[in-house]
Amino acid sequence: MAKIVGLAGDEAVAYAVKQCNVDVVAAYPITPQTIIVELFSRYVHDGEVNSEYICVESEHSAMSACVGSSLTGARVFTATASQGLALMHEMLYIASGLRCPIVMAVANRTLSAPINIHGDHSDMMGSRDCGWIQIYVENAQEAYDWTIQAFKIAEDMDILLPVSVNLDGFILSHSLEGVKTLEDEEVMRFLPPRKSVYSIDPEKPITVGALCLTDYYFEFKRQQEEAMRNVSRIVKKVNEEYEALTGEEYGILETFEIEDADVGILCLGSTAGTARQVARKLREQGKKVGVVKLWLYRPFPTEEIVAAIENLKALVVLDRACSFGAPYGALCSDTVSALHQFDKKLNISNMVYGLGGRDITPSNVESMFNEALEIAKTGVVKEPIKFVGVRE
Amino acid sequence: MVKLQELPTEEMFAPGHRMCAGCGAAIICRMTLKAIRGPTIVVSATGCAEVATTIYPYTSWRTSWVHIAFENAAAVAAGIEAAYKAIARKGAWDKQVDIIALAGDGGTFDIGIQALSGALERGHDFLYICYDNEAYMNTGIQRSGATPHGAATTTSPAGTKIPGKPEWKKDLAAICIAHGIEYVATASPAYWNDYITKVRKGIEVNGPAVIHVLSPCPLGWRHNSEDSIKLARLAVQTRYFPIYEIEKGKYKLNIRVYKPLPVEEFIKAQGRFSHLFKPEFAKEVEAIQHRIDENWSRILQLCGES
Repeated sequence: MAKIVGLAGDEAVAYAVKQCNVDVVAAYPITPQTIIVELFSRYVHDGEVNSEYICVESEHSAMSACVGSSLTGARVFTATASQGLALMHEMLYIASGLRCPIVMAVANRTLSAPINIHGDHSDMMGSRDCGWIQIYVENAQEAYDWTIQAFKIAEDMDILLPVSVNLDGFILSHSLEGVKTLEDEEVMRFLPPRKSVYSIDPEKPITVGALCLTDYYFEFKRQQEEAMRNVSRIVKKVNEEYEALTGEEYGILETFEIEDADVGILCLGSTAGTARQVARKLREQGKKVGVVKLWLYRPFPTEEIVAAIENLKALVVLDRACSFGAPYGALCSDTVSALHQFDKKLNISNMVYGLGGRDITPSNVESMFNEALEIAKTGVVKEPIKFVGVRE
Repeated sequence: MVKLQELPTEEMFAPGHRMCAGCGAAIICRMTLKAIRGPTIVVSATGCAEVATTIYPYTSWRTSWVHIAFENAAAVAAGIEAAYKAIARKGAWDKQVDIIALAGDGGTFDIGIQALSGALERGHDFLYICYDNEAYMNTGIQRSGATPHGAATTTSPAGTKIPGKPEWKKDLAAICIAHGIEYVATASPAYWNDYITKVRKGIEVNGPAVIHVLSPCPLGWRHNSEDSIKLARLAVQTRYFPIYEIEKGKYKLNIRVYKPLPVEEFIKAQGRFSHLFKPEFAKEVEAIQHRIDENWSRILQLCGES
């Protein structure tokens, strides 16, 4: 029986992790501070979970300890954000390269300098090629639901890759919402203890992390990419099982009024809520607008996204991180590449917004839609990349 | 101390690895695994002992062995230890697991000191062994925090103005014991039974233990391959590398050196110190000797033998 409780995004994640029967949480609670691990340590100290909590001395050691734990066959979780994720960078590649199904919540916040503690996607985008499955959520409910599903996706034998569940810093991490939670037994049924094939069981000695030079390294990386290609299929399977349990419908992406739309906005995370609200209003005015929100950002769902946007006359892609010197922001570059792969052409305007936690208002979004409608009418993209809400 | 006939004949560190002839670290790896008491996981930091013993698809390790990165052997060991604790509590594991972290001086004194300090403070049950060849030998003999004063490396060359490394070596044992852990020891592979006994003791300690073992490196120290053990002994007999242990806070001198040889006996066989024998740098050798004498008195005092 589901019950609805008031939880902030961070609390929703911590509560999900508690129900997922994790063996080890290794985390550093700072750079910047993460409530998720504070809450989890409370569960440990109150005897509500049977897990080991290693309060390490840095995020680098957090991910190092997570990799060590994961290699034993344990179920492992950590959480971080911003500078902490940047400090982990080296270890992110090792976690995926050694095929460790670690789940990590990232309460996305910007990167220094100048130092700033507020939300944007600079942290995870800085590590977007690290071989992790990357999920972005829109609200606390999704944070809860995806955290539980993330373990099942990561630990699937066809995948064995780490997953990051990204929730917008402050906007989601610190905002209280009603979250429909599952009973512990329901989560346990959905997510049985992890089964592991290759573990560092000292009684069956194996060597992990050997030196692979020009003769083998490439094959390892090719296999890792192959595992990434299995992700879409497994995500869909896990979503179906989760829906059967909860009635919550998930997928690779979520659309709003996109089928007959002339123009659309494509975005990640909590901004989708604002975009949808504005789209609803514009629809009432007879403007044919829609929204596409990606849940799965890595692997990039090329086929699904092209199918969702190919009939639009214009698209605004929102990036909440700056790819300095690049032709587009990360999400837009990926979208353009996806269209190119399917030989589709679409008028696209890339809008970079919300850096360092700058608010994105419904009126900002309304102007974006109007601009897209103008592009659809004229067929001319005046500015391929724009910075929205900045003084210049 | 362990006797030769008590050592297992089984070689858990298999031959065929690519370590250099005369490499101290290879000898140390072999001796280390002579001391294990049962199922063991070795966590190796990036370094000579890692790259030369596990070139895929080969391995020299008949224990489970893990390498993750350079600076985090202690953090990885902590993760493994915690995982076994958790899965044992849940009834999925019911055996003893011993965890040994193995790292060079670069991975310990410099880039790995933070992870080591954190793991010691948290009290994980593992043995950390630093095999100290006194520079980044794997990558081409660069200076580390363990490189001795006066030694020439590729980043502290024997210049005409600055003769090798100007700074002095960190005191690793003191840093470790400052964490209040139960067991810290120094060792030399020339005194094999002392070393193997200490490894076993470190494994048996319930909590973290650290062994700092000197590891002669023919390539970096620039000495003949066949002289490695001789140098490992001279390091002790010149009091350059005192051998002692600290058990529950109590210092004990394990190898007494009543008639020390002058430090020249240790350094003259090594190319890394050859520039110190030029007349203009004669004072450097005196300074090294002075430091050795001071350090020895300090350790004797700590051991209650002064």
